[in-house]
Amino acid sequence: MKILVGYKRVVDYNVRIQVKPDGSGVVTEGVKLSANPFDDIALEEALRLREKGVATEVIVATIGPADAQAHLRNGLAMGANRAIHVVTPAAVQPLTAARTLLKLVEKEQPQLVILGKQAIDDDCNQTGQMLAALWNRPQATFASKVEVSGGSAKVTREVDAGLETIEVDLPAVITTDLRLNEPRFIKLPDIMKAKAKPLETIDFASLGVASGDHLKTTTYAPPPKRSKGVMVKDAAELVAALKTKGLL
Amino acid sequence: MSKVLIIAEHLNGRLNSSTARCVTCAREAKPEAISVLVLADAPAAIAAEAARIDGVSKVLTVANPANAHALAAVYAPQIAAAAQGGYTHVFAPSTTFGKDVMPRVAALLGVAQVSDIMKVTDAHTFQRPIYAGNAIITVQAPADQLLVATVRTASYPAAGNGASAAPVEALNLAVDLPTHTRFVDLAQGKSDRPDLQSAGRVVSGGRGVGSAENFAIIYKLADKLGAAVGASRAAVDAGYVPSDLQVGQTGKIIAPELYVAIGISGAIQHLTGIKDAGTIVAINKDGEAPIFEIADIGLVGDLFKIIPELEQALG
Repeated sequence: MKILVGYKRVVDYNVRIQVKPDGSGVVTEGVKLSANPFDDIALEEALRLREKGVATEVIVATIGPADAQAHLRNGLAMGANRAIHVVTPAAVQPLTAARTLLKLVEKEQPQLVILGKQAIDDDCNQTGQMLAALWNRPQATFASKVEVSGGSAKVTREVDAGLETIEVDLPAVITTDLRLNEPRFIKLPDIMKAKAKPLETIDFASLGVASGDHLKTTTYAPPPKRSKGVMVKDAAELVAALKTKGLL
Repeated sequence: MSKVLIIAEHLNGRLNSSTARCVTCAREAKPEAISVLVLADAPAAIAAEAARIDGVSKVLTVANPANAHALAAVYAPQIAAAAQGGYTHVFAPSTTFGKDVMPRVAALLGVAQVSDIMKVTDAHTFQRPIYAGNAIITVQAPADQLLVATVRTASYPAAGNGASAAPVEALNLAVDLPTHTRFVDLAQGKSDRPDLQSAGRVVSGGRGVGSAENFAIIYKLADKLGAAVGASRAAVDAGYVPSDLQVGQTGKIIAPELYVAIGISGAIQHLTGIKDAGTIVAINKDGEAPIFEIADIGLVGDLFKIIPELEQALG
């Protein structure tokens, strides 16, 4: 079976995000870009399923500007068989992303689509669920364990109350949480090999996707700052300070 | 005028307080009416709790054995159908429940979703965090579409109970429910301690605690304070405590009156989860740890020496 992996490029998680002084956005010029960490986990899980013999082919797909090709090459170096690049000049919102991925699903007919539970830039946490709805197939979000057997998958999900296990018929959409796996590091020879792997480019406009970019962001602001606190020297002073604040 | 439909979150026959937090958020939009939708196998007791929340004008129930567990694929078509009964807004808490089901509802309705509302400017303009809370954006949603949103529960106190209970009505929905998704089980961390998400006081331990055994001192201090226990991602990843105790961007986002961070250095992802706490206390042996940048009260020292002293000082 085939697995399609959503693989978004975002500002690297180690970058300290700065809001532009005029409130028009965050500073992304000259900032390091990387794969969304949850998408790396998604790709790793797909590769492990291929290594176990459950899957035969892993396809990484991204929706992004022309220069996102290098990012897809990283996905290929990590081990994906091939890549699909839907080229758009501007970032798309989750509903548009889901509609675009549905086009790829119709074309590739994967049994599983694995995506990160959220992208660490817009933090929306929507695309996987929206794709599952549009595809009219099951979703298993926030996965921390995935077992595929026959025509179904048993997925353990990290929910607020603990760990929930559900069973979904395939094809299905799975979104990954942090503890699903630890993604492998890319080795130098694999970077060389990745250059020869197929990378298909599709113009976004050619897919005929109706835009779902309905939200307009009007301003960006830095988060409110907490006022500077006080230092105490021992437990007794701490208890006194808490009593002064009326907390004890 | 707006009419808001709030999707009740519940477990084991009890309403989750996240629902009353959504009501507080919905009231900020000054709607003409707020309804709460309870999907369950036996909704009566849950609906009765929801009906008492101040500001709720009506509670709708859908009793169905298929609704015994909150499966997004089963709930979403019912929510989408109920929302089309004259509502302008559909809200749910931005807990794992709401995050799972609401985008599915939005996609079925063909509309966008506003995730993690932290402030309502007007009925179609909201503030929400991006980049793990390192930037706050103002987003405008089209006024001619149904608005689907999740509410950042840490940003809103739970609405209290009103003087009288709102009416409860059974809702008949002609919706085909899928069978492709099945509940297997839920492994819940059993605890007599206060619930981490809603507790007024939380004591959290980090990697500095050192081991699962050492976490006993965190539990002991928490019990002394009547507090819930939390942990940093580092402590969870190290296997000291189960993942449902994780506080932070990828765990629980909480807003207790008092938060005590012990042996936690303060990675950005952890700080995001506690920004709305009333008072943050940090105890750490490294005086340069980032946690001290946002702590209201800081104490540098060995936690294994300080905690016993603290317990003694608490009497």
